[in-house]
Amino acid sequence: MADAAAVSHGHGTGTGLSNNKLLMWTFLGSECLLFGGLISTYLIYRSRFGDGPAPGDIFDIPFTSVSSFVLLMSSLTMVLSLSALQRGDIRNNRIWLLTTALLGALFIGGQVYEFTTFLREGLGYTTSPFSSAFFTLTGFHGVHVSLGIVMLMSLLISSFRGTLTKERSETVEIVGLYWHFVDVVWIFIFTVIYLVPSPTS
Amino acid sequence: MSTDTAEHVDTHDEAHDHPSDRKYVQVAIILAIVTALEVGTYWMESVPGEVLIPVLMLMMVYKFFYVAAWFMHLKFDSPMFTKFFVAGLILATIVYGIMLTAFEFWHKG
Amino acid sequence: MSETTANPIGVYTRPKGNTGWRDWITTVDHKKIGILYGATAMLFFLIGGLEALLIRLQLATPDGTVLGADTYNRVYTMHGVTMVFMVIMPLAAAFANYLLPLQIGARDVAFPRLNALSYWVFLFGGLFLNMAWILGDAPDGGWFAYAPNTGTIFSPGKGMDFYALGLQIMGIASLISAMNLIVTVLNMRAPGMTLFKMPVFTWMILVVQFLLLFAVPVITVALFLLMFDRNFGANFFNPEMGADPLLWQHLFWIFGHPEVYILILPSFGIISEVIPTFSRKPIFGYPFMVFSGIAIGFMGWGVWAHHMFVSGIGPISIAAFSVSTMFIAVPTGVKILNWLATMWGGKIRFNTPMLFASGVVSMFTIGGLSGVTHSLAPADTQQTDTYYIVAHFHYVIFGGALLGIFAGFYFWWPKAFGHLLNEKLGKWNFWLMLVGFNMTFGPMHILGLQGMSRRIDTYSPGFGFEFWNMFATIGAFIIGLGVLAFLLNVWVSARAARHAPPVGPDPWDARSPEWFTPNPTPVHNFDDDIQIEALDEFWHRKYGQDENGRLVRVATAEEVCQDGSATDTHLPSPSYWPIVLAAGLPFIGFGLMYSLWFCVPGGALVLMAIYGWVFEPTDDPDGPHGHGHHDDHDDDGAADEAAAEDAEEAPVG
Ligand code: HEM
Ligand SMILES: [Cu+2]
Repeated sequence: MADAAAVSHGHGTGTGLSNNKLLMWTFLGSECLLFGGLISTYLIYRSRFGDGPAPGDIFDIPFTSVSSFVLLMSSLTMVLSLSALQRGDIRNNRIWLLTTALLGALFIGGQVYEFTTFLREGLGYTTSPFSSAFFTLTGFHGVHVSLGIVMLMSLLISSFRGTLTKERSETVEIVGLYWHFVDVVWIFIFTVIYLVPSPTS
Repeated sequence: MSTDTAEHVDTHDEAHDHPSDRKYVQVAIILAIVTALEVGTYWMESVPGEVLIPVLMLMMVYKFFYVAAWFMHLKFDSPMFTKFFVAGLILATIVYGIMLTAFEFWHKG
Repeated sequence: MSETTANPIGVYTRPKGNTGWRDWITTVDHKKIGILYGATAMLFFLIGGLEALLIRLQLATPDGTVLGADTYNRVYTMHGVTMVFMVIMPLAAAFANYLLPLQIGARDVAFPRLNALSYWVFLFGGLFLNMAWILGDAPDGGWFAYAPNTGTIFSPGKGMDFYALGLQIMGIASLISAMNLIVTVLNMRAPGMTLFKMPVFTWMILVVQFLLLFAVPVITVALFLLMFDRNFGANFFNPEMGADPLLWQHLFWIFGHPEVYILILPSFGIISEVIPTFSRKPIFGYPFMVFSGIAIGFMGWGVWAHHMFVSGIGPISIAAFSVSTMFIAVPTGVKILNWLATMWGGKIRFNTPMLFASGVVSMFTIGGLSGVTHSLAPADTQQTDTYYIVAHFHYVIFGGALLGIFAGFYFWWPKAFGHLLNEKLGKWNFWLMLVGFNMTFGPMHILGLQGMSRRIDTYSPGFGFEFWNMFATIGAFIIGLGVLAFLLNVWVSARAARHAPPVGPDPWDARSPEWFTPNPTPVHNFDDDIQIEALDEFWHRKYGQDENGRLVRVATAEEVCQDGSATDTHLPSPSYWPIVLAAGLPFIGFGLMYSLWFCVPGGALVLMAIYGWVFEPTDDPDGPHGHGHHDDHDDDGAADEAAAEDAEEAPVG
C-alpha cells in the first residue's frame, strides 16, 4: 500500500499533484455554478413575495448571525482536526472531527428552527416565488452540510477502526475542502441574502 | 496551464509548510471580528444602501478568500487548485451577472 | 491488505477475471467502458432514428394523421432528447474513454471505478427516460422544455418528470466523467508529453470536459427548479404567482449553448486526427487548432441569449448577444481553414474515414454559416421557430458531430476490434448518409424561409410546403439505408475478419501515440511507458529526413509498435459497486414521481454501494496484477460528492 499512498500524495503524477485533491477541486469549481444558479434565482425573486411575508419582514438577523458564527467556527475545528492528524495526533483528530460534526449539526438545528418559525409566520414553500427560492437555496445548502456531517462521522468511525492514520490524512484534507467550501458558500449567502437589506412589504 | 506546476512535486509534503494551530486560531479570530463588524451594520439603520452594500460585499469577499486561502490551504498549495476554483467562481460571477443584468436586477436595487 | 477486504461486507465476493458477461458489468477498463458507451449509444441511436422516421412520416403530407398532435409532441421531444443526450454525448464519451488514455500514453484513466460509475449512471438514466414510453407518458415539452409550458398545468402527467429526473441522472454521469478525464489529462500523461504535444483530439476532449464541468450544474439547477415546481408546488416558473418564465430560458440556454460545443468539439477532434493521417501531412497550425478550440470553449459562454431574441429580453441584450454570436464564428472559421490547409497539397487518400471527415468540413460549414445568419437579430426574428433553425442545427449536429463520429468509427475500428471495416460498404454508408442528409435537411432552409413553423405536428395544404416535405421524408429514409449499411458493415466485417490475416499495428500509416499499442489494444495498453518527444510521435519514429530534407521511412510500424507482450502490468480490479450504485438512481427517480416508497430500495442500493465501494480496496490482492512498474493507476479514494465518504476506503494493511 505504500506505493499507492505515495501516488495519492502526488508523486508520480504528471503535475505532481494528488489525483484525489485535484478531483475535489474540479468538483468544487463545478459547485460554484450550481450554487450560483440558485443564488441568482433567489436574487431575482426576492422582491416577488406576493401577498406573503417579505424577506425583510421575517429574517431574524441576530439568530442567523449566531448560527452563521457556529458554521464559521466549525471550519476552524475542521482544520484543527486535519492538523492534528498530520502530526499523528489521533486523539485530537477525533476530538476535533467530532466537534466539527456537532457544530454542523447545531447549524442544521438552527436552520430547522428557522424554517419552522417562518412556516408559523405564514411563509410556506409554495407561498410565493420568493419563498420557494429561499427555501430551495438554503435547504440545498443545508443538505450539503448534512452530507458533510455524514462524511465526518464516517471519518470518525474509520478512525475508531484504526484506519485513519497519519499516512491517510489526505482523506481528512479532502473532506475538509468540502466542508470549508460549504462554509464559504454560507459566508456568501449570509451576507448577500440576510445582511444586505431585503425588501419589506 | 499545468506544465509550470511540476516544480511543486516536493514542496507538497504536509506538515512542513502548513501553518501552526496558533495561526489557524488567529485566522478564526479575524474572521470572527469581521463577521461581528458585518452583523453590526444591521443596527446602523441610517447608513444609505449605496455605502452599506459595497462595504458588506468587501467584508464578505475578504472572509471568503481568507477561508479559502488559510483553511483550504490555497495560499500554500499548488496554484493549480486555485485556478480550478477561481475559474468556477469567475465564470459563475460573469455568467450569472449577465443574467441578472438581463433581468434588470440592479435597477431595482 | 487485510483479509476482510476480499469479501467487503459479506454481500459479494470480489469479481475476478476478465471474460464473460460478468466481466462486462464489473469492468473498470477504460477500453471496455468505451465500447459499452458506444454500443449503448448506438442502440439509443436506433430508437432516436425510428422516432425521426415517424416525425418525417407524419410531416410527409399536409394534414398528416400518422401520429396525431399529442403523440407527435412526445415523439419529437424524445427524438431531440435522445439524440443529444443519449447518442451524440455518449458516443463522444465512447471515443474519449477508449482513446484519451491511449493518446496520452496512460495505463487507464485516473479513477477507473468512477469511470465505470459514469457509464452505468448514464445507462440507467437513459433507460429511465425511455421507460416513459412503456409507462405511456413520454415527455412532450420539447428538448428545451420551456417553462411554464412544462409545468403541471400545460404538461399534466408524468412526462416532464421523466425528462427532469432522467436528465439529472445523466448529468451526474457527465459530471463524474468530466472530473475524471480532466484529472487524467493533467496527471497521467506519458513522460515528455507536455500539454502542447497532446494530440488535437485529446485537447478537444479536454475542452469539452471543462464545458461539461461548468455547464452541467447550470442545467441541473434548471431541472431541479422544474422538478420542485411540478412535484412540490414551488413557484419558480408560475407567472400567476409573479414568477418570470424567462428564468427557465436563461438557465437552459446558459447550459444549452456550451452544450452545442460539447456536441461538436469531439468531432472536431476526431477529424483533426483523420485529416492529417489521410493527407499525409501534419495538422496545419496546431497551436491555432488548440487555441481556437479553447477560444470556442470560452466564448461559448457568452452567446446564450441568441436563442431568446424574440422572447422580449430588450434591445440592449439583443444587440450585445448578436455581436458576441457573430464573433464566435471566428474561431470556428479558423478551424475550417486549418483543415483545408492541412489537405492542401497533401497526398490525399479517400478512404472511408477521410470521406466522412471531408463531409464534416463541408456540411459543418453550411451549418455554421446559417448560424451566422441567425446571429443577426432582425433576420433571426424571421427565422426563429421555423424549419430554417431545424436545418441549421441538423447541419451542425448531423453534418458536423455525427458524421465526425462515423469518421472515428471507421478510423479507429481496428484499434478496438482488430480488424478494418469493409471499405466498399463504408462508401455506401457514407454516400447514402450524405445524400439522404442533404435531401432531408437542405430543403428545410427553404421551408423555414417560406414560414413553416417548427414544433407543430402538421401544416395545411396550399402554402407550398408539400413538395419539399415529401422530398425530405424520402431523404430521411435514405439516411436510414445509410445506417443499415453501417450495421451491415459491422456484421460483415466481423465475419470476414475471422478468416483474414490480422490487420497489423498500423493500417492507416497513422501519427498519434495510441498506435504504439498493437491492434486490438491489449488489456494493459502499453508494455512500457512511451517517451514523447514531439507531436505525432508515432509518425516521427517511422519517418525521418534524408540529407536533402526529403521524407524517408526509417522504421516499419512493426518495429516502432509495442508487441503487447508485457505480463507484469498492474491492472485495477473490477468492481460490482458502480453498477449497483447506478441501479439505485432510477428507483429514487420513481420515488419522487410516484410514491416515496420507491426511494427506499433506491436509497438502500446507493448506500450499500457507497459503503461497499469505500471498504473495497482498489487493488485486490488476488486480482489480475503483479506489482508492475506502472504506478499511474490511481483509483485511490475516488472523492466525488457521494463517494467522498471514501474517506475510509481501503483499510490499510
Ligand atoms: C458558427 C457557429 C454557430 C452560430 C453562430 C450559431 C447560431 C445559432 C443561433 C443564433 C441559434 C438560435 C436560432 C433561433 O432559435 O432563432 C442557433 C440555434 C441552434 N444551434 Fe447554432 N450556431 C452555431 C453553431 C452551432 C453548433 C456547432 C451546434 C451544435 C453542434 C449548434 C446547435 C444549435 C441548436 C441545437 C440550435 C437550436 C436550439 C433550439 O431552439 O432547439 N449551433 N444557433
Ligand atoms: Cu446557441
